[in-house]
Amino acid sequence: MAEDTEDKSPDKMTIIAFSGDLDKLWPTMILSSTGAAYGMDVTVFHTFWGLFPLVRDEVKITGDNAMTKMLSTMNPPGFRRAKLSKLNMGGAGKWMMRQLAGQHNVVPPEELFDMCLQMGVKIWPCQMTMDLLGIRADQLRPGLGEPAGAATALSEMSRSDIQLFI
Amino acid sequence: MADEVTKVVDAKGLSCPMPVLLAKRAADEVEAGNVIRIEATDAGSKSDIPSWTRDMGYEMLESEVEGPVYTFTIRKK
Repeated sequence: MAEDTEDKSPDKMTIIAFSGDLDKLWPTMILSSTGAAYGMDVTVFHTFWGLFPLVRDEVKITGDNAMTKMLSTMNPPGFRRAKLSKLNMGGAGKWMMRQLAGQHNVVPPEELFDMCLQMGVKIWPCQMTMDLLGIRADQLRPGLGEPAGAATALSEMSRSDIQLFI
Repeated sequence: MADEVTKVVDAKGLSCPMPVLLAKRAADEVEAGNVIRIEATDAGSKSDIPSWTRDMGYEMLESEVEGPVYTFTIRKK
């Protein structure tokens, strides 16, 4: 079977980035940048907790009421503030992970994100999540695509050879 | 015809996925038919660079290991 099918490399990948945890964001950024290096048309749809990393680093708190502001302090904006989902230990786990990565020359996710943008990866913020969490477009990093919804994301996935939910 | 290397990518010391990302950047900067050389120390590049080369439709002219350094010579198609 494998012999008679054309060994064609995939040309489109869509990742749904729903998590704001460092341990999920890192592989997401590795796969999307590598996809772009493969010449794939890559789209990453950032939704729910996955939206927080797209908020610019200098924005400390997002939200438009007490509840959304509270959520924002529990999920601090920006890649650099992303925590580990397990054994974060008040930031010590995250710190160790980043130290270790530095020692092994593993590029941090915020740098991979910048490379993704340079390589033409489309980054789509989820409009519904922005509304839900009171995150404004002007609080997001530059270079992103237009905010989109679930239907747009699904449509993109249906046209992709690779679909991931991370 | 001797294969003259148009571009050398030094990815030594860098971890996954950087060797592939830098290889792609170099491939984008040269013409089809040109030869690029990638030097990496990431053990993952032993399989990553050949699979990337194949999937891009490029030609692996030579791959060698010398101590901790993997060197790949690739022709862009």
